[in-house]
Amino acid sequence: MAKKKSETRPQSEAGDVDASTRTALLRLMLLQRRFEERCAEAYALGRIGGFCHLYIGQEACGTGAISVLRPDDYVITTYRDHGQALARGISPRAIMAELFGRSDGVARGKGGSMHLFDRNVNFLGGHGIVGGHVPIGTGVGFAIKYRGGDQVCVCFMGESVVNTGAFHEALNMAGLWKLPVVYIIENNRYGMGTSLERASAIHDIYQRGAAYDMPRGVVDGQDVLEVRKSVSEAVHRARTESMPTLLEVRTYRFMGHSMSDAVSGTYRTKQELDEYMKRDPINVLRMQMEALGETDDARMAAMDDEVKAEVQDAWDFAEASPEPALESLFEDVLVDSST
Amino acid sequence: MPVITYRDALNQALREEMQRDDRVFLMGEEVAVYQGAYKVSKGLLQEFGEMRVVDTPITELGFAGVGVGAAMVGLRPVIEFMTWNFALLAIDQVVNSAAKMLYMSGGQYHIPIVFRGPNGAALQLSAQHSQAWESWLAHIPGLKVVSPGTPYDAKGLLKTAIRDDNPVIMLEGEMLYNTKGEVPEEEYTIPLGKADLKREGEHCSIITYGKSALLAMQVADALVKEDIRVDVVDLRTIRPMDVEAITTSVRKTNRAVVLEEGWEFCGVGSQIVDYIQRECFDDLDAPVVRVHQADVPMPYAKNLEKAAKPDVQKSIAAVKKVMYLE
Repeated sequence: MAKKKSETRPQSEAGDVDASTRTALLRLMLLQRRFEERCAEAYALGRIGGFCHLYIGQEACGTGAISVLRPDDYVITTYRDHGQALARGISPRAIMAELFGRSDGVARGKGGSMHLFDRNVNFLGGHGIVGGHVPIGTGVGFAIKYRGGDQVCVCFMGESVVNTGAFHEALNMAGLWKLPVVYIIENNRYGMGTSLERASAIHDIYQRGAAYDMPRGVVDGQDVLEVRKSVSEAVHRARTESMPTLLEVRTYRFMGHSMSDAVSGTYRTKQELDEYMKRDPINVLRMQMEALGETDDARMAAMDDEVKAEVQDAWDFAEASPEPALESLFEDVLVDSST
Repeated sequence: MPVITYRDALNQALREEMQRDDRVFLMGEEVAVYQGAYKVSKGLLQEFGEMRVVDTPITELGFAGVGVGAAMVGLRPVIEFMTWNFALLAIDQVVNSAAKMLYMSGGQYHIPIVFRGPNGAALQLSAQHSQAWESWLAHIPGLKVVSPGTPYDAKGLLKTAIRDDNPVIMLEGEMLYNTKGEVPEEEYTIPLGKADLKREGEHCSIITYGKSALLAMQVADALVKEDIRVDVVDLRTIRPMDVEAITTSVRKTNRAVVLEEGWEFCGVGSQIVDYIQRECFDDLDAPVVRVHQADVPMPYAKNLEKAAKPDVQKSIAAVKKVMYLE
């Protein structure tokens, strides 16, 4: 049955969006926003340590893309992974507990903000070395093809990844071997504090797909329905033709690179930030839905209250969760191998 | 018992494991159509087809990562590096991805992968192609590191490495591929982390692994003529290390020489010496002596290269030094 469904035309699949889907997407983006606002608070209070990279402003990318996947598809991403983890259905409790470094964390407190993994939903991790996970996602595509399956791997990355050797090596093989991987560049315009124009010889970076004979395109990353539509087509191509796609999703990061830098900083102006914030992905969808009569102030407020309560529950759960047992320090370095 | 080359022993191990488990595949440069840069994969493409014996572009970082990704979702890749010198380009995948995935995912994703290829110097290949990387690799928690010196050990250890659910580094040797030894026809495996006493004697212990084990056996055989009998403890696996085999031998002989191909500074030998000083301090009759490559990039000129490498003479001198014979 699942196979049959995947064979529907991508246009109709993307056009299938109804009021309940839009509401679900809106709620999911709002959950990520409220969750990460509390992350910033928890960081300031010292509950969360280390590096912590917020996704605020970019929620439509992961939400739209992941919304078209099947449960048996795979997702792999970078260290800016909270939003995608929530979009994939990892529980806010398990994520917050991980960020708090507690034993009920999704990686038992071993990974932290940058390394969220959940085998139950095929979430193959946040990865911390820029570009390092792109060959891994490509290998997942190889394994799918090796087994003759019709799953798809979605590999998210920031735009600065396209300048790494790992990106080139991986996409070349994906194009050469026709692997079912959808590479999604979340172009938020800055690799830390270096703008795309100061880092890449070409600025329409989806054009890099030409070097790998790969279908490619550019998408408005603030419009979750647009993202959903484009990714749906790419996923369909991967599933039915085993063809990779390179999508550039143009978005913007409303916060600093991590928690240590100012929101606008030395590399962009407050004015630029304000301009981009006018296209907050949550508001973009909300306005679309208001025009359709699918939401209004009262319904938004009710949804917000519900989401905030869910995040508070995650916080409470994380705070109550014990620290990892000291014995766990030496666990999971190696698997006990029967051989 | 059949006598075969180290190369053929590896080939048999790959073939048998690929027959046994269809999740096992071989990937690397020139492994398929060319039949392997050193012919280790001869005939495998014909037997298993191009999905399981996969030629890659020259892209070590890329295909090492492809292996990690495939292992993450249930396959059992064998990734061949044409030499470990080229694997430096892939070290991010070996260290940051393969070795750490299990730990940083809280035990959710294990990586059953073998990274293999020749390690150490061959002949006159000069600086960039003549390096022994084991101390770099053995430094990393989350990796197992295997370094067989004989065809028997090569076959048994590669089979075990492929069946292991962890990332295993297999360090072979260009100068080993043509060496011959007895390999039984019947199936066998060798556990990782178990040393093998290649020669027995009471005067001194030579602790070594990999290609240097061959050298150590030559040293042992030469010393017998001078009525000096040594233990040759061939570790076979560098990590996990068979510390008990080391201490058992040193407690018997009270003297140790540690022999390795690589450089002295932070070499595997320094770890072995650390185990000896911790476990056998009161057993030692002399300070441990190390034999290793000279602390220089490998030179090209024949005489300089010879001067840089460990050899029989240097090793004999080391044994005599710990025995206070010279």
